[in-house]
Amino acid sequence: MAEYRTIRFRLNGRPVELAVQPHENLVEALRRGFQMYSVRESCGQGLCGCCTVYVNGKAVSGCLYLAALVDGCDVQTAEGLGTLQQLSPVQEAFIECEGFQCGFCTPGMIMMATQLLQENPNPTDEEIKHYMSGNLCRCAAYPEIIAAVHRAAEKLRASKETDAKADQAATVAG
Amino acid sequence: MSKVMEPGVQSAAPSGQVGRPVKRLESAAKVTGRAEYIHNLELPGMLRAKVVRSTVAHARIRGIDTSAAKALPGVYDVITAEDILKVIPDPYYGPAFHDQPILAIDKVRHVGEPVAVVLATDVHVADQATDLVEVEYEELEPVFHEVEAYKSQTAIVHDVIRPAGTFADLKSLQPRNKTNVAMEYHLRNGDVDAAFAKADYVFEHTFRSQQVNHLPLEPTVTVAQLTDTGNLLIHTSSQSPSFVRIEVARLLGWPENKVRVRTAYLGGGFGAKLYIKLEALVAALALITQRPVRLSLTMEEQFYTITRHAATVTIRTGVTKDGRIVARDCKTWWNGGAYADIGPRVTQKSGFTAAGPYDIEAVSLDSYAVYTNLPPAGALRGFGIPQLVWAYESQADIIARELGMDPLEFRRKNILRNGRPHATGTILEDAGTVEVLEELARKMNWDQPFDRGSGTIRRGRGIAIGVKAAVSPTTSVAFVNLYSDGSCGVYCGTVDMGQGSDTAMAQIAADVLGLRAEDVRIIHPDTEVTPYDMATLGSRSTFHMGNAVRLAAEDAKQKIVAMCAEQTGFDPAALVVRDGGVATPDGSFFTFGAILAKRHGMQAGNVLGVGSYFPYYEKPNPETGMSEHITPYWMVGGTGVEVEVDMETGKVHITRLVTVGDCGKAINPGIVRRQLSGASFMQMGFTLFEEMVFDEGQVVNASMADYKIPGFWDLPDINEVSIVEVPHRNGPFGAKGIGETGSLGLSPAVANAIYDAIGVRIYETPLTPEKVLKALREKQGQGWEDA
Ligand code: FES
Ligand code: FES
Repeated sequence: MAEYRTIRFRLNGRPVELAVQPHENLVEALRRGFQMYSVRESCGQGLCGCCTVYVNGKAVSGCLYLAALVDGCDVQTAEGLGTLQQLSPVQEAFIECEGFQCGFCTPGMIMMATQLLQENPNPTDEEIKHYMSGNLCRCAAYPEIIAAVHRAAEKLRASKETDAKADQAATVAG
Repeated sequence: MSKVMEPGVQSAAPSGQVGRPVKRLESAAKVTGRAEYIHNLELPGMLRAKVVRSTVAHARIRGIDTSAAKALPGVYDVITAEDILKVIPDPYYGPAFHDQPILAIDKVRHVGEPVAVVLATDVHVADQATDLVEVEYEELEPVFHEVEAYKSQTAIVHDVIRPAGTFADLKSLQPRNKTNVAMEYHLRNGDVDAAFAKADYVFEHTFRSQQVNHLPLEPTVTVAQLTDTGNLLIHTSSQSPSFVRIEVARLLGWPENKVRVRTAYLGGGFGAKLYIKLEALVAALALITQRPVRLSLTMEEQFYTITRHAATVTIRTGVTKDGRIVARDCKTWWNGGAYADIGPRVTQKSGFTAAGPYDIEAVSLDSYAVYTNLPPAGALRGFGIPQLVWAYESQADIIARELGMDPLEFRRKNILRNGRPHATGTILEDAGTVEVLEELARKMNWDQPFDRGSGTIRRGRGIAIGVKAAVSPTTSVAFVNLYSDGSCGVYCGTVDMGQGSDTAMAQIAADVLGLRAEDVRIIHPDTEVTPYDMATLGSRSTFHMGNAVRLAAEDAKQKIVAMCAEQTGFDPAALVVRDGGVATPDGSFFTFGAILAKRHGMQAGNVLGVGSYFPYYEKPNPETGMSEHITPYWMVGGTGVEVEVDMETGKVHITRLVTVGDCGKAINPGIVRRQLSGASFMQMGFTLFEEMVFDEGQVVNASMADYKIPGFWDLPDINEVSIVEVPHRNGPFGAKGIGETGSLGLSPAVANAIYDAIGVRIYETPLTPEKVLKALREKQGQGWEDA
């Protein structure tokens, strides 16, 4: 039996710790330790994106990422993006554009789309396909996913403008 | 004319919920990652199972040595057929045949067949221990190709053939022992020889479809446990919980009420999770160990569990000079793999549609379910129909071009119209054959000139249309429950695997009861709670369960109206149900909750509506294979594509894809579109690149790295979906199923477009660049080697 080692990291903003085995991957650790069920192992080979997690702000395939390596890191899962009561703009856009069927690939798709829009607030179809090409959807909701990314981009731009206006107003008032 | 077995309630016009573009009820659960899948289920004290699988295609088992595996620290136990036999003396299961042992007994029949199981608390330990189980085999001659297996007298996969007798429709199909033919179906309609004699031209071609895989992203998973009283509770990613219960109870010799089967959302199914898959094994393991046991397949294991039939279709068609099809003779060999699964039903249900959506004077059809030493084949989005449409619609183009006719005109001339008998003898009713074909022609601008490209990039376009008979006979039962406050729950066994059935069923119930779909709760399949449903398959749920839910809602409505009538003294006929309550002629309004409270003197009680639906069916005549009531409804789908073919690489790029499907009435238009386009893209993968590649029965590309499924880059440049609504007289609000319709026409449409572009015909899917280039070189009189 392999040795357990305790690692400490931040999970969706909160400090946590877990005893992990050396061969355990991040998907297993997050599910076993914290019931992060948005993180799913499907292909197990880094090819489908169902296990997408951010480590220190960068999307990784949890199925290929050893849990022990997140010691000291900042880890985020789809659970950290939004809640049932307060969905993120990308999550809202996926609902509005019906960007899923069975929903199994969906958290991974949303994680990738969220990161894409942070890097590129106004992507073209080609840029979306390119960025998201490591995420697969067997239900083939691809056209709706692309539409959802565009919709989310609009939402994020609109909220930025509102924020900017609010800032301006605050400055004037101040 | 159409008969309905259950007394029908006349379907009213929709009152606003049916036809509304409601967002999926579980949308927020899915985007937050909270949606419940059995994939997430872990139980305290649970053991994990890992399967030791056969490494050879056909062999006698000489011995299994589990000692090294058992000795590995952390291993709880290693189980073989010997242990299974102690709890289940006759451990053979399957929907059509009881031919599949829970673990291999004496013999293995395909690579990947489960031979033993290792149990451990730690899944990695279990996995490691599977390598330590030593199995000694004495190899037998294997057989892989369906036509060879059909003829073979030496390589026999099953010494004894064991029909299950489960399905009324299969009872007349007799197996032949000492062959690999599991089952055969024959249809003889009219004097085929005489009809061929009348034909001016006779065309004969053979087409083949390759073996492919469903690959749902949530791999199949089952967790089983014993209850406090020793009954079984099975949590499983199943499309057919009722069937699992019946089959597990049969294996154990238990009454159904001691087996409880429940499921959750499925992360895709497509037929991979139908009937019985891991459940019998995991149930046996729970009984043996008296502990909860979980078995979750890896992606690789999915390739060895269930697949789509490869098929060889030889089709002979007689036509007159003016382009009328007068005779058809079609033989199909279905590669069923080592175990029948639902193959025999595919053989019959698909077999009888080989005449296509055409009006043909005389038809002779033969369809053979053949055992081979490959992983078992079952149902995959279309139940075998796409393999047949591939043949008859490729040939339709060949014939049209030989006759110098436009392919659309040829189809128009021969299309089967409502009121005319289908080859089976069943009169076509309320089917959108003409409507789908015409919509396809319109969307494709077929009468407009088309730019065929030049130089190395050539362009072409193609169309195809297919018809599927809904599987019959099948039953659905539903309950609608108005709780004491008047809120509503629908209890139905339809499994939502992404097709949006929860939302559609809520819309149907809401429409009848004057509620908003969003306020209806769908109770997920649990045989302890939800009533019987045959299965979620074959695009049957909207029609069958939709009707059951509608009838259950009507029943509940009638009861609450009667209660209100009694309380107010008005005639029930004068009362109107709307907005979650009942309006009376004097302008008063009572909520359902208020009516129940008045009855019980406090917030209490229920109103329970029950609905059951079982369409009329007549099984085929054993002599002719014909029946006047072969199906409750027909599904019609058409596909049009425009392609670019690169003459130098053979690569085919779909620039435009048009999918047309007749859904009768779109209960939820958005979901209907997604079903059509999802099926179409899936079939695009099967058409252009997906293929299970075998070496001596071993799948050499059993991973997502080597078996490519469609991704973002495979999308056509333009993707259009068109819904045709030809209402069905017996459908709920006119609706029929749509889940597979988009898959019917795609493969031949692409092959026809390739021909249109570069003048070469390909007879076998997938239409890879290699095949296209090879055909092109041959046409140009160059050898393939020069390429
Ligand atoms: S499960 Fe990690 S990429 Fe597929
Ligand atoms: S929605 Fe089913 S896999 Fe993407």
